[in-house]
This record gives sequence, structure tokens and C-alpha cells, in this order.
Amino acid sequence: MEEAANQMSPAVQQSKAAYDNIKERFGDAISEFDANPTMPFFEVLDVSRWVDIALYMRDNSLLQFNYLACLSGVDYPEEQKLGIVCNFECIGKYTHKIAVKVKCPRDGGSIPSVSCVWHTANWHEREAYDMYGMVFEGHPDLRRILCPEDWTGFPLRKDYQVQETYHGIKVPY
Amino acid sequence: MGLLDARISNRNVLVTSVDNVMNWARLSSLWPMGFGLACCAIEMMATNASNYDLERFGIFPRSSPRQSDLMIVAGTVTMKMAERVVTLYEQMPEPRYVLSMGSCSNCGGPYWNHGYHVLKGVDRVIPVDVYVPGCPPRPEALIGGLMKIQELIRMEGLGISRQDALKKLAEKSVDPQQVIDQVRKSATA
Repeated sequence: MEEAANQMSPAVQQSKAAYDNIKERFGDAISEFDANPTMPFFEVLDVSRWVDIALYMRDNSLLQFNYLACLSGVDYPEEQKLGIVCNFECIGKYTHKIAVKVKCPRDGGSIPSVSCVWHTANWHEREAYDMYGMVFEGHPDLRRILCPEDWTGFPLRKDYQVQETYHGIKVPY
Repeated sequence: MGLLDARISNRNVLVTSVDNVMNWARLSSLWPMGFGLACCAIEMMATNASNYDLERFGIFPRSSPRQSDLMIVAGTVTMKMAERVVTLYEQMPEPRYVLSMGSCSNCGGPYWNHGYHVLKGVDRVIPVDVYVPGCPPRPEALIGGLMKIQELIRMEGLGISRQDALKKLAEKSVDPQQVIDQVRKSATA
């Protein structure tokens, strides 16, 4: 373990320190640390505690992840799951970064919304919903953001089939 | 032959046909609608700006479809935008012309296969008069397309349908190299 920690780059070590802080507080609700050199991350296992974890990450004086740099959707067809990946940074005090993954079942799954924690998440969650179809519980305005409101299907799912016509206009080439 | 090339003599009296005057007026003040959809619009704006200066052709973007003669479809037409493009086209008074600028609006461009949200050619929703290839086309190419529209207008006349005018234009196709050589010769002479 000590040796593994030595092999980490300084940036990943910072992420590890932040992770250890969160792990100490939330224990089994989050997964082990993945020391991915480009994007060190952990996964939220107990999805119902995601908002608590988010608030802790934002407000703890040693973490202060006050900047949600990105929130992306992911489709995992093999696991029958959908998920999001959130990239966090701290602006002003620390230089650490970390990514958080949250997953939910592929059919009818939902993830608690963190748009009340970081306002950036409002539109990003709408985009993830638009493209993948997972529901964000507690989102103030969960509508499609890019596709037309009457669009059928979720385009970035792996099994998405392009529709033949849209309002009488042929879609395929 | 442009109208102003005709020799004006004898107390500034000019004898010409009504068609000629109408066409000259139309093609010398071709007002496009000022809207852009994607990166082609940047090139269109560059063409409007001082380096290429479209205003020397009397081409000047208007902010309202009601005042426009020409629609330059500059960029990727998404399915969501397609219906709005049709609405804008319908709001334009006749005679109106459509120039499809760039690969995306010509045929879907790079989104032809995997672009679930892209209209594969704006000619699926509105009639297009001139297609300008390129991704995006350079300002010279856009000016070439606009000159083609002007040629089309020159083919028009009272009682001649757009189809006939397009047919006449196709019959009268000019090899550009000859024109370039001719201009070069007259410039050096």
C-alpha cells in the first residue's frame, strides 16, 4: 500500500487524500479509490446518499470542491446500467481534483439530483437525461435540453435506433 | 451584358426591355437573411466583412425574412431547426432564392451516417437554387455561388417560371477558365 502510494503522481496523491477524507466520513457508501492517472475517481455505491456526499464534498473545509467542471452521462449495457461521471475541482484554495461516478438501473432508474448543490448540474443533468434517459430525482426542471421536446428515444444509448421520420421529414440518409 | 454596360447617348435615353431593368434591379440588391446555423456562418460573416465586402455586389444581410430575397443556409440544419427554416422560408416574399452553403446543408456532410439529429440536406424541406460545396466553403466559393444566383436572376423574365430559368441557366453554363483568361487578358492589355 505504501509502495503504491509512492508510485502515484503528486496530483493523484492529492486526490487520494481527498478521497480518504470522504471515505472516513461515508465508509461503505462509496467504493475503493481508483488511482487512474488522468482521472482518479471513486463510485458512489449507496446512491441514496449521493446528495449528502455532494454537500460534504462542497462544504468540508479540507475538500471545498466548489466547482463542478463537468457532468457526463454514460451507458453501461453489459451491466444493464446508466450512470453519470462528475468531475470536481476546487477553485481558490486547493489544487486537488476528483471524479465521482454514480450508477442506476438502465430501465426506470433514477439518481438524486445535485442541482441544488452545484447549479451547474441543472443543465448538465438535463443533458444527461436528454441523451440517456435516467431520471434525476428532485431536479427542478427536468426537460429535454437539446433534442426537440417530442423526440422519441435517447440518442446516446448504445442500442439507439435512428427514427425513420421526424414530423414527416425523412431522417436517415 | 449588364445594363450599365449599354452605351448611354442622346440625352441619357436608354432603351431596354422591362425584363432587363427588373432583373438588373433584383440582382444588384440581393438581400440575404442574416442568419447562420454553424461554422459556415463564420465564413459567411467573413464574406460580409471588409476583406471580401459583399456590399459591393449590393448584398447586405437583413434582420427580417420579410425584407429578404435570399436565404443563405449556412451550416448544419438539425431536425429541430428544419421546421424553423421552413417557417423562415415561408415568411420571405417572392421571388425568393435559396443558397445552400457547405456540405452539411447540401447533404448532411460529416453527419450523413451517425447524425441522428441532422437533416440530410436542406433540399428535403425547401427548394434550393444553388449549392456551394465546401466544409466550410471559402468566401470566394460563396461569392461564386452568389454570382450564380445573379446569373439565374438574369435568366428570369415576365411569364418565365423558375424551372424554365434554371433550364436556361443550365444550357448557358460557362467554363470559368475562359472567363478568367479573358479577364486576365483585358487586365494586362
